[in-house]
Amino acid sequence: MSYSLEQSGIARRSFLRVGAVLAATALIPAKLWAAIARPEGAFKATALDATFAELGGTPEPHDGIIFTTPDIAENGAVVPVEVSIDESKLPGVTKLYVMVEKNPNPMTAMFMVPAGTKPFVETRVKVAQTCNLYAVAEANGKLYVASKETKVTLGGCGG
Amino acid sequence: MAGRIRIRAQVKGDSTEVKALMRHPMETGQRKDAAGNPIPAHFIEEVMVTHNGNTVMHGYWGAAVSANPFLGVRFEGGAAGDEIVVTWRDNKGETGEGKTKIK
Repeated sequence: MSYSLEQSGIARRSFLRVGAVLAATALIPAKLWAAIARPEGAFKATALDATFAELGGTPEPHDGIIFTTPDIAENGAVVPVEVSIDESKLPGVTKLYVMVEKNPNPMTAMFMVPAGTKPFVETRVKVAQTCNLYAVAEANGKLYVASKETKVTLGGCGG
Repeated sequence: MAGRIRIRAQVKGDSTEVKALMRHPMETGQRKDAAGNPIPAHFIEEVMVTHNGNTVMHGYWGAAVSANPFLGVRFEGGAAGDEIVVTWRDNKGETGEGKTKIK
């Protein structure tokens, strides 16, 4: 009896915590991004083409996307990537994506860029094996891409 | 569990540069432990950076962002003393928050 009471207590607490988190995350972006949910289909896609399809089609190569990644990564678990946009060539970017072609799920990160924020992001990603990395930018409802190969000496999914 | 976040925010010319380092295992769900049992996925799904309460970056992540994630963003404006807040939420519903003032 006491066991089941304790169980339900835990369930209730975690439910409340999840509820509070949902309420908090719903409140913060509501002002600007009420319509943009996490693109679960794109994050679950297991091939690059399917990822692009989830986002609305194959992106067009664009030289306004400046994608900086190392040519050789000694440790695939921590590969620095930087995406920036030459706004004179590609204005109006509202979303940036980073994808790693041969990871189990290529879609790695998505960033929504509000007005006043530079179309710029830097982060670090895992790269399972030598492959192309893709920086995708969305501007005026269209997708554009730049890609770069990173050679990995030690994969990012080992262990 | 609520993660700590180290943040540095500096005015650089006409914009502000924010660099944040979050503490999180970012488990992919693909790995196995020493006994061969799968280690469940545990990763940050959503991250948010605000400047004086206004969102300057909103991101959704997958499990392939590196452990202890690093995020660098730049936004126009910002002045010394303004508040920068970085928050995250992971796939288990845990959250983390860090605050700093622009230098």
